[in-house]
Amino acid sequence: MIEEIFTASVFASTLRLATPYIFAAVGETFSQKSGVLNLGLEGVMLMGAFAAFYAVHATGSVIIGLLAALIVGALMGLATAFVSVTLQAEQGISGIGIYLFGLGMSELLFVRLIGTPVSVEGFSRIYIPVLSDIPVIGEIFFNHNLLVYAAFLLVPAAAFVLNRTTFGLMIRAVGQNPEAADAMGVNVARVRYMTVTIAGTLAGLAGASLSIALLNVFQQNLTSGLGFIAVALVYFGRWTPLGVLLGSLLFSFVNALQLQIGSIGIEIPSEFAVMAPYVITIIALVFASKRAEKPTALTKPFRRGD
Amino acid sequence: MPDTLPTQPRISQLHMRGMMKRFPGVLAVNNVDFSVEASNGRGEIHALLGENGAGKSTLMKILYGLYRADGGTIHVDNTPLTLRSPQDAIGRGIGMIHQHFMLVPSLTVAENIALGMKSTRGALLDLDRVRARVAELSERYHLKVDPDVPIWQLAVGEQQRVEIVRALYKGAALLILDEPTAVLTPGEVDDFFRVLRQMRDDGHLLVFISHKLHEVLAISDRITVLRDGQRVDTIPTSTASKLMLAQMMVGRPVVLEYDRKPCAPGDVKLMLDNVNALNDRGAAGLRDVTLFVRAGEIVGVAGVSGNGQHELAQTIAGLRPCTSGRIRANGQNITNKSPRVLHRCGMAYIPEERMIDGVIKDFSVAENFILHDHARPPYARGGLFMRFRGIRTASQQAIRDYEIKTPGTETPIKSLSGGNIQKLILARELGRKPQVLIAAQPTRGVDIGATEYIHQRLLEERSKGTAILLISEDLDEILALSDRVIVMYEGRIIGEMPREDVDIRQLGALMAGAQ
Repeated sequence: MIEEIFTASVFASTLRLATPYIFAAVGETFSQKSGVLNLGLEGVMLMGAFAAFYAVHATGSVIIGLLAALIVGALMGLATAFVSVTLQAEQGISGIGIYLFGLGMSELLFVRLIGTPVSVEGFSRIYIPVLSDIPVIGEIFFNHNLLVYAAFLLVPAAAFVLNRTTFGLMIRAVGQNPEAADAMGVNVARVRYMTVTIAGTLAGLAGASLSIALLNVFQQNLTSGLGFIAVALVYFGRWTPLGVLLGSLLFSFVNALQLQIGSIGIEIPSEFAVMAPYVITIIALVFASKRAEKPTALTKPFRRGD
Repeated sequence: MPDTLPTQPRISQLHMRGMMKRFPGVLAVNNVDFSVEASNGRGEIHALLGENGAGKSTLMKILYGLYRADGGTIHVDNTPLTLRSPQDAIGRGIGMIHQHFMLVPSLTVAENIALGMKSTRGALLDLDRVRARVAELSERYHLKVDPDVPIWQLAVGEQQRVEIVRALYKGAALLILDEPTAVLTPGEVDDFFRVLRQMRDDGHLLVFISHKLHEVLAISDRITVLRDGQRVDTIPTSTASKLMLAQMMVGRPVVLEYDRKPCAPGDVKLMLDNVNALNDRGAAGLRDVTLFVRAGEIVGVAGVSGNGQHELAQTIAGLRPCTSGRIRANGQNITNKSPRVLHRCGMAYIPEERMIDGVIKDFSVAENFILHDHARPPYARGGLFMRFRGIRTASQQAIRDYEIKTPGTETPIKSLSGGNIQKLILARELGRKPQVLIAAQPTRGVDIGATEYIHQRLLEERSKGTAILLISEDLDEILALSDRVIVMYEGRIIGEMPREDVDIRQLGALMAGAQ
């Protein structure tokens, strides 16, 4: 039975299912590293997912779908930044607002513009000569769509930006001690606008990876809590892209297992299977976030002279 | 950024004229003129002296671009300077070392220095280059710093060196130092002054903000005194004296030394026996502390900030668990008893963080006054119903007795000045006729007038036979009031001596950890 569960296809779908987590959580890492908790990720993902889906539905082009998701995500990110950086609103509460906005708006648009459940032709798997043909390895690693590879490449790129560039240094400084960064001539608001917009853009991309690559459909609440798990994954991954990657893989593995166990007909009440990732989220967070290097200014708006 | 070290500072004179800054309800800086000038390649150390709230920091934050002035002009070498942000100030060679260090604890020394600077590698960090130049600067000014250590691992004195190196690195021709000696031991202050003098002789302009008269007299070339946001005068240091400066700061004659009757100690009232406690990070905060205080004496606890004084006060006051050892007050065991029990044993506590542990900010003067005894007559009936007349009468009496400046008993406490809030706490704590008093930093952030008053009150309590433990980072305060001095270092008591035997150099060495 073990062999029936741990098949190559489970590992392959682990990688595929990790895509939206990675995009959303790496983006959120930028935002949180700079001191802004972007709790509305789920709503931005829904908007991105719908935008991509609608664009592909209308034009048939996945590239236009991708661009639509990126633009909508970036705009939602800018709106989030305006609320939490310029207006200095309570980030937890305004995040719930952005989530509810995305949830309602994406459903409204879907009902008005499309109405009936349809599927689209999304990103197709890329066949890599030789590599894709290797038994097992090929199936697990080299048989995916473009966004899966993009997500995995994003992780080292994000780590490089955070640790090796002046922009990354500013992000880290602004999240730990915005007063000091300000006194050193860093524009705290601008850095936070940029990170929150990056988080929005990547959340849009995460949404697109669901609606035009993984599932190729859109429905109400398509993300079903995935965006909130992504926020938690940032804590779990201790504010590092690599940690976030490991967390994403853990959760997508649980997701993949749950699908596999269902498909081979093992009798577990399906509610348990659906609950599992969330229960693991809570347990993992209880143990993970204790000693974490949390950005000290997280959720604290910055005003000069306070 | 120029490639080589700036050998020739770029500012020879700076003038601020008619500076104005308003905050809601206060005119913080009112028509102030201030200048710093170099002559013949030698810079200047210009001290800015004044009490808390006199406008010193505000004036300098304007010069560093952190605040925007509501009026006045700034000229550097006769060209007008407009400042919109610290970036503008840094770009014109103006640097500032803040009272609370502007360092990011999780970043290394080199990363902190690189922050906000243009990198020679474009978007990529060039930490190797930073390291090399930091090494050059540390050598030249004898400022030892290791570029690869994260800030949180450094002691305050070292952090200050990082701040100075960073300012020099950024090419600061004019450096503003906001109360730079507050965190240093007397020995460190001497080293620090040597660095400042060398910088001045190299042509740097330095603004030294302080309220410590002896330091200002020792280091500066000129002194400007501010009071209530206005400039009182600017004088050459050679013509100034301590008394004269103190009077300029306060605006009336002041007493710098108190009449102290000889100490006649009675029974032991407070006793700590091998007390241990943890600090906020969960590490050892107090290590085997043993001390006693007798009736009618003041025991002063000296030490550099962060060496266990905070934990000591909180542990005795019942606000921090004591992990081992015993504390006795008035003959009763009070180890790990609640503050309520301690009050009943005749203990009173003037906390270090008065806005957090001393008062409830949004409560009125009267409500804060009755915080302890709110359920007892004359403030309440049957332990349940408030008696407003009793509360009003008693708090009015306290306002009169302790000369508290407040519009009334119903004024929110947060709108009072630090000195007046401290007087109210004093009125509340001393009003209960304590036998043991723990006074932690009783005059920190308090103006000279109120400081003088609080000191007199503490001495009065001493002659009434109260046992007083005075915990202070202000060495002058310790020396002015104590009968015995205890020195703390890394949570341990490493020295104890009667006041008469105190040698200031030896005390400084003990504070720095020398046995």
